[in-house]
Amino acid sequence: MIKFLTKGILRDRSRSFFPVLVVTLTVAMIVFFQGFLIGIMNSMFLDSAVVSTGHVKVMIRAYKEESQQLPNDLAILETDQMVDKLSQKYPDHFWTPRITFGGLLDVPDENGETKAQGPVYALGIDFLSPNSRQIEIWKLERRLVDGRLPENMNEVLLSTKLAERLGIAPEDTVTFIGSTMHNAFTTHNFTVVGTFKLNLGPVDRQMMLVDISGARLALDMEDAASEILGFNESLLYEDIAEVALRQNFKSHGDSIKQYLRDTQSYETLSQMNRWEDMIEDEKMALSKQRSQGLADNDMYGTNNEWGEDAVEDPGIFSPVMLALRDANQMGTMVDFSNAAMAIMLVIFLAIVMIVLWNMGLMSGLRRYGEIGMRLAIGESKGQVYRSMIVESVIIGCIGTLFGTVLGIGLTYYMQEVGIDYSEAMESLGSTEIIMSNVFYAQVTPELYYIGFIPGVLATVLGTMMAGRAIYKREMAQLFKELET
Amino acid sequence: MIKIIISFLSFTFLLGQSDDMTVQDIIKAMDDNLNAKSRILTSRMIVHGRRSSRTIESRNWVVGIDQAFTEYLSPPREAGTKMLKLGDKLWTYSPQTDRVIQISGHMLRQSVMGSDMSYNDMMEDRPMEELYQATLEGSVMIDGRDHWIMFLEAKVKGLSYPKRRAWIDKEYLLPMKEELYAKSGKLLKTSTMEGIKKVQGRWFPSRFIFKDELKRNSKGTEWVIDDIKFDVDIPASRFSKSKLRK
Repeated sequence: MIKFLTKGILRDRSRSFFPVLVVTLTVAMIVFFQGFLIGIMNSMFLDSAVVSTGHVKVMIRAYKEESQQLPNDLAILETDQMVDKLSQKYPDHFWTPRITFGGLLDVPDENGETKAQGPVYALGIDFLSPNSRQIEIWKLERRLVDGRLPENMNEVLLSTKLAERLGIAPEDTVTFIGSTMHNAFTTHNFTVVGTFKLNLGPVDRQMMLVDISGARLALDMEDAASEILGFNESLLYEDIAEVALRQNFKSHGDSIKQYLRDTQSYETLSQMNRWEDMIEDEKMALSKQRSQGLADNDMYGTNNEWGEDAVEDPGIFSPVMLALRDANQMGTMVDFSNAAMAIMLVIFLAIVMIVLWNMGLMSGLRRYGEIGMRLAIGESKGQVYRSMIVESVIIGCIGTLFGTVLGIGLTYYMQEVGIDYSEAMESLGSTEIIMSNVFYAQVTPELYYIGFIPGVLATVLGTMMAGRAIYKREMAQLFKELET
Repeated sequence: MIKIIISFLSFTFLLGQSDDMTVQDIIKAMDDNLNAKSRILTSRMIVHGRRSSRTIESRNWVVGIDQAFTEYLSPPREAGTKMLKLGDKLWTYSPQTDRVIQISGHMLRQSVMGSDMSYNDMMEDRPMEELYQATLEGSVMIDGRDHWIMFLEAKVKGLSYPKRRAWIDKEYLLPMKEELYAKSGKLLKTSTMEGIKKVQGRWFPSRFIFKDELKRNSKGTEWVIDDIKFDVDIPASRFSKSKLRK
């Protein structure tokens, strides 16, 4: 029957041309918009992940509370050990330490006196480790405007905006002035080896990139890091998976928090009389009871109110993991992205369905005689209805196929060319959302099948709505109509 | 009767001669104790951080209120770092960069070596008499010792602490405890001193404790004076910028 119906559709072009055209155009639009939105979102998530959030990141709880001030005195210590543990526990991610710091960049003249000075926002990134993927994910080879990439710990890259403002060229020496992780004043000389442009709006206005070993030397942060960033090996952000990872890590962080609290309780209780007379199990039980008691009474949560008698919660030095969605307004963006795609699909589905319903009605009118004849010669109403639905499935499939090809073609073009919004992005001045200046679409595997849902479904639903008229035909009336 | 009155007045004069001092006398006496024509001192600054403590050792040469030179002796990372203060200017030299950098503007509000003291705290060592208008608020016994409570309000503009309250030991004539406030009245820092000793005829503390009250969970900074000599001749060359690099 399918062969018979297909022949009918192909031979009677008036029956198939407009439905196929409508489905083709609609599916092409859906595929293109989906690809464009995915492209923007994925690029935004990846840029944000690379520059600041990772797909997930680990930091000390107290650092998280004060992160706006870049409190490196609350950095993660023994970072190498933690990176190893994370890599073992979550092997589908790669983990990299990061130091974020600020200060002044001082440019000396030939006598060593200050020639120019300006604020700098610096990132210590693990560029030089043998297996590091940081150069790749930062796309530094592409984003390098002048000079070369750093090859040792004292070499840095400056954003073109910062370099131009301070009048710095590659091979110049600059002095970083800032604070160590102990908040002591520090100065450190770096050699500028290149300049870069991230094309991410105002983010790189004052940016300096340095290998983490150089940052550690300058900031007295041996084996320490502000954060450890984790990236999915595929570099695609999968919200549900990353949130699950964060939840999984939470139990680990909580156990460290409890351990730190118990240790502090143990040390405090060791001052009391008869402590030495107790057996080890009793001591441990007491310290656990004490830390639990302090937590239950919310002593840790309200220590500001206790003034001199405050008990600082040692748990603030336990690690905590954040997913990309937890940073700034990224959660809203993730939800917006998911909701926008769902809403777009539903709207297109509804519009196409209404159009095809209408078209089905018109076609029904045009094919009034044909359907009447088929009923008159003995086909049941169900058979006619089903054959029309199969016909709509075939039309939907053909339209979707053409639409998908057209949509993917357009998406691919936008993937390569992109739309440049540099001026608009630069004029934003400052924003917490990291967004590319050039919007690119992205061809993803789901684009190959996403169009079939609205393409076929809407055609079938439209036909089903229109085809209900078949059941309204009265057999007695039918012969009368055929006679005329 | 007259004899009795004279005897009584003489007795009170002998017992509480410091109570007869005017506010200006007290401030001047404090300044005399704390300031000198010149001094050379070796000290340790113990900075109690939230996670660990660090000890920074330094040697200072000070002449009057305008000239000061500091050389850090330890820990190894800080050793060789030098600071020079001339009037209202401050320079620092670090051997790692071999550069002399002037500290000015907002950097003067930063902490010195991560301590609870800022560069401004170090710079503002003009006599209190010149800077503040004082009023006595009363007396109080602390640890069995009699203290005046004095409130000081700035009479010049631009001070880091426009208001301060001091608890002044009536015998030592030193501010044993101080609360330093912003103009709004917000408490910014507290300082206490301990281990008062007689050094070259003046009372001087051997240990200060500073606490930045704005730092959450600050555990304070101890400044321990290991050795101090007053009124020593210091050559003028000590306070030249070229000395920073030597």
